[in-house]
Amino acid sequence: MNKSSVKTIDIVQKGLKRRYRVERRFRRLGLAAIAASLIFLMLLFVSILGNGYSAIWQTHMRLDVYFDPQVFKDVVVSSADYGRLVKGALRSVFPDVSGRGELRKLSAMVSSGAAFQLREMVMEDRGLIGRQSTLWVPADDDVDMFFKGRLGPESGRLTEDQLSWIDHLKERKMIRKQFNRAFFTAGDSREPELSGIRGALYGSFFTLLITLAISFPLGVGTAVYLQEFAPRNRWTDLIEVNINNLAAVPSIVFGLLGLALFLNVFGVPRSAPLAGGLVLTLMTLPTIVIAGRAALQAVPPSIREAALGVGASRMQTVLHHVLPLALPGMLTGTIIGMARALGESAPLLMIGMVAFIVDIPHGFQDPSTVLPVQIYLWADSPERAFVERTSAATMVLLAFLVIMNGLAVWLRRKFERRW
Amino acid sequence: MITPGIIMIALLLMATTGYYLGVRRSVAAAGGRRLIRNLHSRPTYYGLLTALWCGLPAVTVFSLWQFFDTQVVAHLVISQLPAEIENLEPSHISLLLNDIRNVIARQGSLERIDPALQAAAEHYLHLQRISNTALFVTIMALSMSALVVVRSRINKGLRARNHVEGIVKGLLAVCSTIAVFTTIGIVISVLYESLRFFQAVPVTEFLFGLKWSPQMAIRSDQVGSSGAFGAVPVFAGTLLISGIAMCVSVPIGLMAAIYLSEYAGKTFRAIAKPLMEILAGVPTVVYGFFAALVVAPVIRSLGVTLGLDVASESALAAGLVMGIMIIPFVSSLSDDMINAVPQSLRDGAYSLGATRSETVKHVLLPAALPGIVGGVLLAVSRAIGETMIVVMAAGLTANLTLNPFKTVTTVTVQIVTLLVGDQEFDSPKTLAAFALGLLLFVVTLVLNVIALYVVRRYREQYE
Repeated sequence: MNKSSVKTIDIVQKGLKRRYRVERRFRRLGLAAIAASLIFLMLLFVSILGNGYSAIWQTHMRLDVYFDPQVFKDVVVSSADYGRLVKGALRSVFPDVSGRGELRKLSAMVSSGAAFQLREMVMEDRGLIGRQSTLWVPADDDVDMFFKGRLGPESGRLTEDQLSWIDHLKERKMIRKQFNRAFFTAGDSREPELSGIRGALYGSFFTLLITLAISFPLGVGTAVYLQEFAPRNRWTDLIEVNINNLAAVPSIVFGLLGLALFLNVFGVPRSAPLAGGLVLTLMTLPTIVIAGRAALQAVPPSIREAALGVGASRMQTVLHHVLPLALPGMLTGTIIGMARALGESAPLLMIGMVAFIVDIPHGFQDPSTVLPVQIYLWADSPERAFVERTSAATMVLLAFLVIMNGLAVWLRRKFERRW
Repeated sequence: MITPGIIMIALLLMATTGYYLGVRRSVAAAGGRRLIRNLHSRPTYYGLLTALWCGLPAVTVFSLWQFFDTQVVAHLVISQLPAEIENLEPSHISLLLNDIRNVIARQGSLERIDPALQAAAEHYLHLQRISNTALFVTIMALSMSALVVVRSRINKGLRARNHVEGIVKGLLAVCSTIAVFTTIGIVISVLYESLRFFQAVPVTEFLFGLKWSPQMAIRSDQVGSSGAFGAVPVFAGTLLISGIAMCVSVPIGLMAAIYLSEYAGKTFRAIAKPLMEILAGVPTVVYGFFAALVVAPVIRSLGVTLGLDVASESALAAGLVMGIMIIPFVSSLSDDMINAVPQSLRDGAYSLGATRSETVKHVLLPAALPGIVGGVLLAVSRAIGETMIVVMAAGLTANLTLNPFKTVTTVTVQIVTLLVGDQEFDSPKTLAAFALGLLLFVVTLVLNVIALYVVRRYREQYE
């Protein structure tokens, strides 16, 4: 007996070193898994920040424009050749540039938006004609990228001449980076330096407004009915199974529903925030219902019993006592659902919100796009400058998501109650 | 001109008036403010009852009218047009209607309009005006008569509170049916278009065909266009990418969950868990951008240094990034499942002298396995239905391959490419997207139902 028990402990002792080694390895593996996912997270944010931060600035060039009366002769002011004015201003800086190809390359350094800027100025103040004026106009996207150091001189996007011209402008302090207003005030554009996210922001706003206006009352109503009033029978079971399944249906399927039902049967206009909002409503509804039911469940039965005890009806109990106590939890769930809807893009591709839309939408029926779809569209564009814009738009989207989720967390903290 | 907005505002005014009249009438029926206790319910309820009866039937009529009047007006306009138009195909007629609506929307800004179109537009506008006026009259009459009837019925004994509560409860019940209608809507809309697709392409061809190139079928005179709709390569691509994603997310997610629930201290858990959940909150389009911008080039250049032939839109890049996206999903579900295992099982293992990792491997994981499998199934259905990452990082060509360095395509990518852009609703090309959507819906539904069933059974086991 004695002999064998000594043997057992020996066996245990012998294996102990190996077992501890396995234990340490397992532990390290767990830590590595967490580290890996956090590294991925960091990589994601660093790459987006690194690519996008420079979009705060836009390279501008100073032009001394002479509003030559010759250009405005015999034409309506709105359709004068403003490009000629821009070219003239550039030529006055580089008088020794000649030849068609050279001149074209010179004028290619300024964004095509410069002519529109001049037009706006003249439309506002006709007195400018015949006078000289100094203004800063956006540079072309390649110049912008080069000036920000994102495009090496060896890339071949800019010619030798253009590089020397940029140097010349730099010496004369006629080129500088300034705050990129266009990014926040303009709609989409084919030219990176003229494109902005305002249209997408408005589209997202209108779409989310529809989603919120429909899904919140419907979601709260459903949650209240299922949690407080519904009899336990097959029908309510069916509803519950349906809600749980809808929460896991791929979002693109909702897009197919929107296309076949809302667009083709109901005649909702294509690309409109109305259609997008309806599709996103169906998607967010399960989230709100599930969160709402959890919030109602968290209200202790004693509240209900007390209300019923003093003679309130069941409806009064729920509407006057239970619902107000559950509302913060429901709002938290709704904000999280809205945040998800804000980041959603796949179903919106189906209902035509991917169109190239320059105008800023001003209503629920105007064709528009939303922020994540704008990101998708820009990510597809070949221009190097759009990488920067895409990252910047992503930063704006992430900022909104952080704010919304922060609000949800704050709401939960503030109204969280231990019963 | 009467617009739907004006009708809604008028209706709101009617309901408010109804509320005040109801309250006043009930107070009068009681015999004055001081004798309100004689009423069955508080005056508010009489007001609410009147307002609800004023509003609800009218709103129902309003929405039904809005739903049908577009079609009716369109039909009337078409029937007024010259006879040869009536015999056109439905798609042409809808185009024509679009033109007419455009003319109306841009009144005056277009200079040269076909006079026939202009006339049709005016007719359309005229009919719409008639429809709106008729709607206004109907709704006002309905609302007004409801007001009169309810008001005349108000007396001391009317159980107004019970009526109002009954109506509200009915409304709540109607809200809860939306989920069922959504599912029915999905099934019907997807199934209907799919059936039209299967009239052109046999089901067996679609399910077992080995060649997928829907672009070929645009030409109507093409020989053997049905051969281009074999969905097997598309499924294979979906499975390949989802498989890579699972290879990334299941080990990492599971190990992270084990560490967080069994090893980590309170502070570490409080910091690391929310950080990992940020990964779940990042929109998928951002992952897609990340995959296309950073991951795909890195993998490609790595492959080139190793002497491998890597496509620029390799399945590996899309799968890897999708895996990262799913990590928090797997980890939070596994965390729940491991935490659901009773403490007594852990204590039993420790008291026998097992180390922590041995407890995890031999006690916790076997005990939590059904729950974890359910969670993984949910994650698989997530991966199959994920769209933006693959649209941005995976390719369009359907290759039947298991090589992760090659380009493959997925179900969701095909749906997006088939449906984005101009659509013709009678070509098999467009309808194929719905057939793919139907399959996607069925597969994810089956996975979800199994997973939810497994998870629920597992939870009940330890309760």
